[in-house]
Amino acid sequence: MNKVLMKGNEAIAEAAIRAGCMHFFGYPITPQTEVAAYFSKKLPKLGGTFLQAESEVAAINMVLGAASAGVRTMTSSSSPGISLKSEGISYIIGSDLPCLIINVQRGGPGLGGIQPSQSDYWQATKAPGHGDSHLLVYAPESVQEIVEYVFTAFDKAEEYRMPAMLLLDGTLGQMMEPVCFDNIPTPKKNEKPWATNGHKNEREHNIVNSLYLKPEELEVKNFERFERYAKVCENEQRYEEYMTEDAEIIIVAIGIAARVSKSAIDEARAMGIKVGLVRPITVYPFPTKAFDKIKENPNVKNILTVELNMGQMTDDVKLALECKKPVELLRHSGGIVPTPKEVLAKLCELNGGNK
Amino acid sequence: MAHNILFAGFGGQGVQFAAKVTTYAGMMSGHEVSLLPSYGPEMRGGTSNCAVRIDSKMIASPIVNEPNILMALNQPSYDKFAEKAEAGGYIIYDDSLIKRSDERTDINVFPIPATKLARENGYTGLANMIALGYMAKKTGFLSLEDIKEGLKKAVPASKAALLDKNIEALDLGYNY
Amino acid sequence: MSIVFQKTKGLTDAVTHYCPGCTHGIVHRLVGEVLEELGVLGNAVGVAPVGCSVMAYNYFSCDMVQAPHGRAPAVATGLKRAIPENIVFTYQGDGDLAAIGTAETVHAATRGENITIIFINNAIYGMTGGQMAPTTLPGQVTQTTPYGRDVNYSGYPVRVCEMLSTLDGVAYAERVSVNNVKNVNAAKAAIKKGFEMQINKKGFSIIEVLSTCSTNWGMTPVAAMKWLEDNMMPYYPLGVYKDKTKEAE
Repeated sequence: MNKVLMKGNEAIAEAAIRAGCMHFFGYPITPQTEVAAYFSKKLPKLGGTFLQAESEVAAINMVLGAASAGVRTMTSSSSPGISLKSEGISYIIGSDLPCLIINVQRGGPGLGGIQPSQSDYWQATKAPGHGDSHLLVYAPESVQEIVEYVFTAFDKAEEYRMPAMLLLDGTLGQMMEPVCFDNIPTPKKNEKPWATNGHKNEREHNIVNSLYLKPEELEVKNFERFERYAKVCENEQRYEEYMTEDAEIIIVAIGIAARVSKSAIDEARAMGIKVGLVRPITVYPFPTKAFDKIKENPNVKNILTVELNMGQMTDDVKLALECKKPVELLRHSGGIVPTPKEVLAKLCELNGGNK
Repeated sequence: MAHNILFAGFGGQGVQFAAKVTTYAGMMSGHEVSLLPSYGPEMRGGTSNCAVRIDSKMIASPIVNEPNILMALNQPSYDKFAEKAEAGGYIIYDDSLIKRSDERTDINVFPIPATKLARENGYTGLANMIALGYMAKKTGFLSLEDIKEGLKKAVPASKAALLDKNIEALDLGYNY
Repeated sequence: MSIVFQKTKGLTDAVTHYCPGCTHGIVHRLVGEVLEELGVLGNAVGVAPVGCSVMAYNYFSCDMVQAPHGRAPAVATGLKRAIPENIVFTYQGDGDLAAIGTAETVHAATRGENITIIFINNAIYGMTGGQMAPTTLPGQVTQTTPYGRDVNYSGYPVRVCEMLSTLDGVAYAERVSVNNVKNVNAAKAAIKKGFEMQINKKGFSIIEVLSTCSTNWGMTPVAAMKWLEDNMMPYYPLGVYKDKTKEAE
């Protein structure tokens, strides 16, 4: 095992290069700027493109162009920058192009703050841009998992011809952990007969486009896209279960909130509280399958969501449970990360106040 | 065994580097590790801090709210974090720059004039390594050899020439 | 019988949606002919804007990408960086290029992005029905300047070639017109020059084409041509504003 210490942000870039992404377009914003810095050091030497664009808007459109040409390409930003990119993201979705978008979230709305947040959950999962549209959204919890899901995201984006996003928070971008590249998969080589890379007078001209002036045509297109989304929901749900077997209380949390919750769960278990965790790794598709048994399980008394936002994911949890279990929310906003102690206190309270 | 360490000081004092060396040392001695720096405007010359966790178990959260080892290299860091240190824990601080501001008796407090020692012994800029060597001695959280191994891994190949000086500074702190 | 004219292979057989008298048709033909004559049709990728020429992707026979409003130079940048051996061009109107897409235009230009931009300046927003454009002339009546463009209120028009010619990354900038046969021929030569700049890896080239919009100007096509000559050409003088190959000599 060849381990190196890497920041989450650096690991994103290294993993992407190893996944065959030779074209990165970005714009500086805290707390994800190391992604661009890493690419700027590596890509030119490998014959790839690192370009610091004039804006987030330009960067995502450069991604649109490079993706049209059929290459693996990506951009990276943080919350306010993702809002700027949302126009391009909608066009990329409408044009059925694969690419990878990184959002290392910070507090919002507006300029907000720069500390870790998960407050773009709704934006990522419900409304990444205008129109009926979705992204594949992965929410890893560790630097090693970031590496794994960069590969998955590129492969799946190409398989379903839709953009994928890694939804992180400032903590994951900034933290360093040992990471190992020994067992990384070989990137898939997907054929892209739709790419606009010159027809060489050998085929009809390809058109990458999101405009359909006839409502009937646009509706067909959107229904076709949502059939793909249905397949995504059926086949691509990912989640982790931690000590859920006999749990009476189940925490649902992603990213850094899940890690904090695991600390609290270990302590609660030592106190005899039966608590476990469901950690969604995909948040679009939301892993509803994780809740199929839970919602019918009479042993499960309470669900607790722990979020770095005002409760955005809690809606999805309630839907997945079909409101068959009470859902409590422990939340912080603005860049504050809940402590294991707080989560533990909440668990004690849900356990009937028994410490 | 769980070490929840907070390194704090001015940007430029090598707080992040000391944290990185420590994290590598933990990793190479077979432990689970994480490192979480503070980030943003305070990095540019203000107070910077870095949380390192070393554990025999998987590390759930990388955040350190109550350090059981605190290395404070400037006054604001001491003032901010000394009160948060866990009872029974350790504080290593640079008394050539810091006046102790707390009255706690439930923690082990070890001053070392790291900046002064660095200046007087030709290790300018290496107060961080002097303090780290001293921290290893006083807390025994890792062996000096572990830390030297971590240092070798943390120094990039392009700066290999600086390795010896760093090792000497570690020794100086350890033997203080 | 000898063939004296035939439609270029650079255009598809699709019937265009342009209004009668619109000069887009002429410029499309010129671009198609140039791509064909330079032998790069199979190698070219065009980027269509938002505006009247949004559906240019149906008319050019090379591979085409449709860009968000104003972002064509950024999309072209992504394409060219991904496939540098291909010929990449954008086809944009004045609102797209000089209002909403000014940042993308200026920065693609100053980076010396090795792409070719065909810029249609007809001093008005056509597709949305005739509003003020960044190139609308002082005093010109549009839907949103019903009393004529008041420069003290709405500001002055943008002279794109002049502005871009100050940037070191620009290899070639020329303003042409398609108001008569002589100028159409000159426009074709300019467009060819622009693509040759790209083929020879000289950097950013832009050909600004003064064009008419008889529909939204509220004129017959003939009157519109006259209006272009009388009003646009004095404000937007034709000519070469930047030629890196000349500077090198």
